[in-house]
Amino acid sequence: MKFKLKTIALAALAPLALASAQAATITISCGSVGQDFEFCKKTTAEWAAKTGNEVKLFTIPNSTTDILALFRQMFAAKSTDLDVINVDVVWPGVIKDHLIDLKPYSKGAEKSHFPAIVANNTVDGKLLAMPWFTDAGLLFYRKDLVEKYGAKAPTTWEELAATAKKIQDGERAAGNKDFQGFVFQAKAYEGLTCDAVEWIHSYKGGNIVNDKGEITINNPGAVKALKTAASWIGTIAPQGVLNYAEEEARGVFQNGNAAFMRNWPYAWSLGNGKDSKIAGKIGVSALPKGGADGQNAATLGGWQLAVSKYSKNPEAAASLVMYMTSPEVQKERAIKGSYNPTIASLYQDKDVLAANPFFGSLYNVFTSAVPRPATATGLKYPEVSAAFWNATSDVLSGKASAEDSLKKLEGKLKQIKRNAW
Amino acid sequence: MNNKTRTAWLFLAPMLIVLLLVALWPLGRTIWFSFTDANINNLDAAKFIGFENYFGEYGLFANPNYTDGFWSSDWGTAIVNTLKFSVVSVTIETLMGLGVAMLLNQEFKGRAWVRAAVLVPWAIPTIVSAKMWGWMLHDQFGVINQWLVDWGLLAEKLAWTADPDFALWTVVAVDVWKTTPFMALLILAALQTLPKDCYEAAKVDGVHPLRVFWKVTLPLIKPALMVAVIFRLLDALRVFDLIYVLTSNNNSTISMSGFVRREMVDNGYMGYGSAASTALFLIIGLCTVAYIKLGRMKMAED
Repeated sequence: MKFKLKTIALAALAPLALASAQAATITISCGSVGQDFEFCKKTTAEWAAKTGNEVKLFTIPNSTTDILALFRQMFAAKSTDLDVINVDVVWPGVIKDHLIDLKPYSKGAEKSHFPAIVANNTVDGKLLAMPWFTDAGLLFYRKDLVEKYGAKAPTTWEELAATAKKIQDGERAAGNKDFQGFVFQAKAYEGLTCDAVEWIHSYKGGNIVNDKGEITINNPGAVKALKTAASWIGTIAPQGVLNYAEEEARGVFQNGNAAFMRNWPYAWSLGNGKDSKIAGKIGVSALPKGGADGQNAATLGGWQLAVSKYSKNPEAAASLVMYMTSPEVQKERAIKGSYNPTIASLYQDKDVLAANPFFGSLYNVFTSAVPRPATATGLKYPEVSAAFWNATSDVLSGKASAEDSLKKLEGKLKQIKRNAW
Repeated sequence: MNNKTRTAWLFLAPMLIVLLLVALWPLGRTIWFSFTDANINNLDAAKFIGFENYFGEYGLFANPNYTDGFWSSDWGTAIVNTLKFSVVSVTIETLMGLGVAMLLNQEFKGRAWVRAAVLVPWAIPTIVSAKMWGWMLHDQFGVINQWLVDWGLLAEKLAWTADPDFALWTVVAVDVWKTTPFMALLILAALQTLPKDCYEAAKVDGVHPLRVFWKVTLPLIKPALMVAVIFRLLDALRVFDLIYVLTSNNNSTISMSGFVRREMVDNGYMGYGSAASTALFLIIGLCTVAYIKLGRMKMAED
């Protein structure tokens, strides 16, 4: 009986097996923040219709820390479940052993993308991922409220704090008790590392670990930066930011309950969407400087697409990657979702600029964004970042002073580094 | 070996093999990994390094780099957090479970319905209830903050899950909500097996109900209570999901299991994480043995 069942099952499956030999089924993970999923569904369906292959979407967590953890587990098990994966800008050094070289498939297409990102995605001469969209931290603000209180878009963090306080007090007095001055990402995860790198860099406090791999975090600029950020909690930012990621911050801002928000460009098109309470009232600028003699700093973010080494259909998977990173798709995503293209010429495109005026005015911010120290720390980057966000979180929540926390962090980083990164 | 024994072994074999595969093999592998420098990036390259992960220069215990002492290291904090969470939550759950069970043991109309309703929190998967509470406790949109402010109990909204002063106790509160029904159920089962004649005798003698509770009910359900507490204690000592979902999971709330996961998966140190995992296993074992010993001593006194 058992044998019979098996034969029947095999007979029934045979046509399916034949079909899959011609048309591959590619599984892709694309992200779940904002409109990521809808866009992914649409572009992959277009590719599937064009090539006759089938695409399955793989839902991944919201937080980049959790996504990396998931992928590393799948790689450790040599899982064939995923063909195309989305790669955060800080990951190529961490997962380099599990991705295929895309050079044979790209046919030089990478040359039109920003060289810095292509360099970031190239490890040991292998192009491990194609740039998909780039990101840089931006300051979003309520144009209407800033004008109402006779202020300007702030150029330093000190100005931001003062303006935010003024607007917050005014709006709360006017009846909106839940109004907040400034929201950002301070949950203990990779997003806090992004935010804190911006603060520290803007006060000229370096980049945690410098290019040579030396630990530079314990310095006066960094202390000043963390002290400034800690002073916001409970004054212009709610205590709850300590548990906010991107989407929580956007929720508060888009509901009209915050004057300023630090977020990635994707918040622009959603904030101006139909269901947004603040459509048409949003201004965007570069993040403030740390004091009058500080500098503007935006953390480099962004995502790439790569093909897993364990994929059963690398060729079809690579073709999907090339389609999704092509100028046409990047242009559409820029117009409809304000995802920053990684192709320089698209920043001069009229349609793109009409949808996202700040792409033109803030072009420098995008091209000069500060990378996190992922290249210098390689495989140990996740741990370095976790130590850094935990130390920052301790300062923000008032558990430790900036001086003590950074001193402790320095010791911990030495411990993580041991002999070499 | 006689025929009977052989047959017995034959019948036992499938179960033993399955047990070996699903329980002993992973356990053995974890313990083996704890003596290696395995990294998640390439498990095949693991080398044997003896007790380095436990007592070495960068090990769990006796690490010379812990400049502020063991208890302020991440691993020390994780142990303290877990013990705090376990002791407080299990104590509250036992007391409240006992209360609920005593109530449900009374005869009243609609008792079956109330019994079923009480079990609802236990029936909801932890991830779902943690997410649900996460929204209810949200500092801006959360309904709990809204009520407390509306009723004038709070001057301003609190960040229950973000503020390090509250985060761990918020987790305890949610755990109590979730697991009290489990304790109540186990205790209720014990209460229902109690012989009626003891109570009738007490009634005839006119003993005070409180005295009946202390002298009759409690000693009789004690064995069942002990088992229930052990179940909960084992569960609480390996708490992970609630803390992971509800809080921002930084050093101030991380549990031992959370630490293991972070080292193993986030940081990729399979070997070091396995060592922490093995240590967790031993600590739980130690707690259980201590608890049983304590319980025996007390019982012997009685």
